[in-house]
Amino acid sequence: MHKTFACLALGLVLALGGTPATAKTPNDTLVIAKDMSDIITLDPAEVFEFTGGELIANIYDRVMMFEPEDLTKLVGGVAESYTVSDDGKTITLKVRAGQTFHSGNPVRAEDVAFSLQRVIKLNKTPSFIFTQFGWSADNVDSLVKATDAMTVSLTINAEFSPGLVLNSLQAGVGSVVDKKTVMANEKDGDLGYEWLKNHSAGSGAFSLKTWKANELVTLEANPNYRHGAPGMKRVIIRHVPEPSAQRLLVEKGDVDIARNLQPDQIKGLAGSSDVVIGKYPKAGLTYVATNDAHEILSKPQVRLAMRYLIDYEGMVNSFLAGEYKIHQAVWPSGLWGSYDETPFSLDIGKAKALLAEAGYPNGFKIKIDTLTEAPFSEIAQSIQQSLAKAGIESDITLSEGKTLWPKYRARKHEIIVARWSPDYIDPHSNTDSFAHNPDNRLEAKLTGKLAWRTSWFDPEINTLTEGAAKELDLTKRKQMYAELQQKVQMVSPFSIMFQRSEQVVLRKNVKGFVSGSNFDLVFYRNITK
Amino acid sequence: MAHSGNPIAGTGTGSSPRQFVARAANLLFTLSLTFVGLTAITFIIGRVMPADPVLAIVGDRAPREVYEAMYVKLGLDKPLIHQYLIYLVNVLQGDFGKSIMTTRPVLDDLIRFFPATFELASIATIAGVFIGVPMGVVAAVRQGRLTDHIVRVVGLIGYSVPIFWLGLMALLVFYARLEWLPGPGRIEVYYDGIVEPTTGFILIDSPTTGFILIDSAMQKEWEVFHNALSHIVLPAAMLTTFALAYIARMTRSFMLDQLNQEYVITARVKGLSEMAVIWRHAFRNVLIQLITIIGLTYASLLEGSVLTETVFAWPGIGQYITNSLFNADMNAVIGGTVVVGICFVGINMISDALYRIVDPRARR
Amino acid sequence: MTRSAAVPPSPSRRLKIWLLSDSPESVFHARCQRLYLGWRVFSGNPIAMTGLLIIVALVLAAALAPLLTQGDGTEQVLSRRLLPPGAEHWFGTDELGRDIYDRVVWGSRITLYIVGLVGLLVVPIGLAIGTVAGYVGGWIDNVLMRFTDIFLAFPRLILALAFVSALGPGIENAVLAIALTTWSPYARLARAETITIRNSEYIMAAKLQGASGWRILYGHIAPLCISSVIIRLTLDMAGIILTAAGLGFLGLGAQPPLPEWGAMISTGRQYLLDQWWVATVPGIAIFVVSLGFNLLGDGLRDVLDPKSGGSA
Repeated sequence: MHKTFACLALGLVLALGGTPATAKTPNDTLVIAKDMSDIITLDPAEVFEFTGGELIANIYDRVMMFEPEDLTKLVGGVAESYTVSDDGKTITLKVRAGQTFHSGNPVRAEDVAFSLQRVIKLNKTPSFIFTQFGWSADNVDSLVKATDAMTVSLTINAEFSPGLVLNSLQAGVGSVVDKKTVMANEKDGDLGYEWLKNHSAGSGAFSLKTWKANELVTLEANPNYRHGAPGMKRVIIRHVPEPSAQRLLVEKGDVDIARNLQPDQIKGLAGSSDVVIGKYPKAGLTYVATNDAHEILSKPQVRLAMRYLIDYEGMVNSFLAGEYKIHQAVWPSGLWGSYDETPFSLDIGKAKALLAEAGYPNGFKIKIDTLTEAPFSEIAQSIQQSLAKAGIESDITLSEGKTLWPKYRARKHEIIVARWSPDYIDPHSNTDSFAHNPDNRLEAKLTGKLAWRTSWFDPEINTLTEGAAKELDLTKRKQMYAELQQKVQMVSPFSIMFQRSEQVVLRKNVKGFVSGSNFDLVFYRNITK
Repeated sequence: MAHSGNPIAGTGTGSSPRQFVARAANLLFTLSLTFVGLTAITFIIGRVMPADPVLAIVGDRAPREVYEAMYVKLGLDKPLIHQYLIYLVNVLQGDFGKSIMTTRPVLDDLIRFFPATFELASIATIAGVFIGVPMGVVAAVRQGRLTDHIVRVVGLIGYSVPIFWLGLMALLVFYARLEWLPGPGRIEVYYDGIVEPTTGFILIDSPTTGFILIDSAMQKEWEVFHNALSHIVLPAAMLTTFALAYIARMTRSFMLDQLNQEYVITARVKGLSEMAVIWRHAFRNVLIQLITIIGLTYASLLEGSVLTETVFAWPGIGQYITNSLFNADMNAVIGGTVVVGICFVGINMISDALYRIVDPRARR
Repeated sequence: MTRSAAVPPSPSRRLKIWLLSDSPESVFHARCQRLYLGWRVFSGNPIAMTGLLIIVALVLAAALAPLLTQGDGTEQVLSRRLLPPGAEHWFGTDELGRDIYDRVVWGSRITLYIVGLVGLLVVPIGLAIGTVAGYVGGWIDNVLMRFTDIFLAFPRLILALAFVSALGPGIENAVLAIALTTWSPYARLARAETITIRNSEYIMAAKLQGASGWRILYGHIAPLCISSVIIRLTLDMAGIILTAAGLGFLGLGAQPPLPEWGAMISTGRQYLLDQWWVATVPGIAIFVVSLGFNLLGDGLRDVLDPKSGGSA
């Protein structure tokens, strides 16, 4: 076969007259290889996926933003400045003058108000970020309004720290859309929803030219961007699902950046003189959750024993090397309000003692569910081996996310190994999910919250979470989060294990790629080559 | 599809109006039956699968209200049979629904993804036939000798090697090391959008088809054509190894059957040349079975190879259906399944028609 | 009292004479004779014997796995991960530091289990439906073939995926799903064969002798079809193993840490460019086994197929 195959290939090559060996990417175009099978929409009121979030971050400017120049500082985006009323209930935003949308329309206060109202009215998944402020379809028109051409006033209808509100305005739902263009494409009162799914109407550094699902996305530079025209005229993101293929493409220079290489593949590239490896700490966490409705797993000692049955060191030093580090609290390190203590390590003896105390000196039998994709299968197998050493026999089942999440949301799991990324950069984003469970009844269906999914209900922790969310004093708030996280670390059904870093392979001539802590803080505009 | 066992369709040579009507009716019946069968099974599977279509749209962190609103919007609160009937009615009006993953009508997606698979499968089948059949015949004629062994082992390698392993190795050798051929993808991204998709208008009055090779050749965009052609070589070669191995092997086995028949011996005794015995007599009788095999091979390639498409970043129907399935995007899955099914039925009809032409024995 | 002239032949010799005698005394005798003649043809064919050897080796590896290995291939030692093949680890170690040799040997059990069960399910179903349809014809043919065509027209992996996800992940369900998606080509193949032989003089003669329809079907037609079916099955073995692997990779087949070969390749493919052995060793295992099945199938074909006259 190889012979025939080689002859065939050779014949074709000759027939083609010595085909182009490798066409390097044009100088004004950046080509990124990425697995993009997760995109399902590019409407900023709906985007909640990694790739989609990243794309809209480059297409839309948001009310508040983290800029690539300083990713730690929240600054005004579309809003130039803001003032908070003394009672912390009203935020007044001043829209930056002289901004235009890709269509050429000016950016007005009306557009900002429309964009935020639209999120509430469309009621898509990320709308919960705003509905927690007491905004609803009925009252949002009066609570969010343009008071003059360049001023927007936001009224908060719940007990919430204004700092938290400002943080949430930098989430994807804080993207400002061009009202005129969107409404021109409205169909049956859908606020332009069907149209905006695969079109763009923003004021960001790039506009969307094409999105061909499972094939490519083309972005075109916005020459009138408020920070000046981006370094690249075009950015093309190619859907390349196979990491090994991505690696070959970047090695040959057919793409400038490869995004989905596994740690061991990156290691293999270490000696190459054509590429550099960029490493960017992310806020993504990997954790183990035990179901608190399970008779054995609900025992506090068993939950604690789990923490000692994970070979944190072994994993980060082997198959997770370079991409994951140990982190054991619910808010990731490197961000405001993080808690960096890591009290747990693999300790079979301690775990056995705890299990004996709980009444299971000989272990038990349990099921582990996790995702199909790397490295979850490996992590689950490592945990399986540690559990076995403490006498706990376990079966692993791998599933795709779309199969696993319904099970998790229906509380039908026993042990689950999963991941989590915050929705916006404020500790409340994670504590609200991991620790806050106001109603533990099955029919309450608080399926968005991890605490509810694991049937974990702790009134004291609930109070702490709510208190921290509405605290106005920043120093005090920070302290409250430290206290809360320490408690959650010890008593919750969650064993937080790792925090992820994104490793990106870039051609040597590519400069200025920025990837911030969250999945939607990836910026293309400063890239040059 | 009109099987010879069917008294209405089996007459072959007859062409009276009555027979024609009967045959057309049979055809229509077959098509609609296959269609209903395919959609019904896929539909039921989509509902019993644990993957949740609502979550595919709203995401796993959706709060209850958002989830329930989408549940109702998708019509999942209605009884299954009711949902299915609604779907059927829509399809009969040409509406396959929208895909969750691509946000576009499923029909548009199919028109875009299927040509990529079609180009690949057609090239692979043609190459497989032109290389595989002679290989099989030669092996049968020289049975037990070195040529035979070589052909057999070569065929087996193509059949037994995991395709993504072979694909990656081929990329490594021909793309990364030798630099003879371009890397994964259907075309260099900068060529995207240069060629006006004209075949779309001709075939289905839609501008979004993707017969890149045909389109670029018709518009004399030779650079694009050249680029697309060089991209298709490796993935087509992968599928060819598979097609060729199977075709060669079956040809060999069919030929062996024939070569041991009495009429072959008689022909030899009569002093016919070996070439005439092999090709005019034995091979003729092999044709009927061979057509089935080639048809089956082509049909199986047309359903798209997820693994090949994944390795070569090929936007084909295999990737589309599989991706959709994992995301519980059932409109897309059913649509894709129906298209693959229709191709299959079509190929079968052609191979059945050829049956009757080449083999009088199959007539009644 | 000498018995010099009449030394009785040794038992093996006697058996041979019995097996080769010109006039079989019973049906059993005749069957044994046919088997023996078949074996003679078969064993004279080096390629077929190679195939047989491979499959025997596979069976032995599966049976003797505990004796051939030091562990069951699930023990992880993270400090020795991705080691190249060497004296300590013949085939190297995988991403979790497990010995690949151990895993491949233990994996032979899973492979045998899968292909064996699928074959057992698929051949009878395919043969029964195909021969009945082809022989009886008429509306029965129509109904059966429509049914077959619906399954045949389904994209295979999709159908398998859907079945397993409905039944729940695991090897048993993977086997069932693969069988459900594999039987239809056999039915069609058997039908095509049946059509070409059903009007032959040989079948006519049997009919004239008063053989019943069923008798003709399983006594005359089915045996004639079985050669194509077996060729197809042996050819499919590799495909079956790879489909099982694909299911495993997508989380629907063998679950970790089971050393299923296909799943080993799938997880090993990300190491293909740097640590070639992780995916290549199980790949070679699959290759060798499917080669074995294929060669064996060829040999069997020569023996089983009355049409080819048993020439090798």
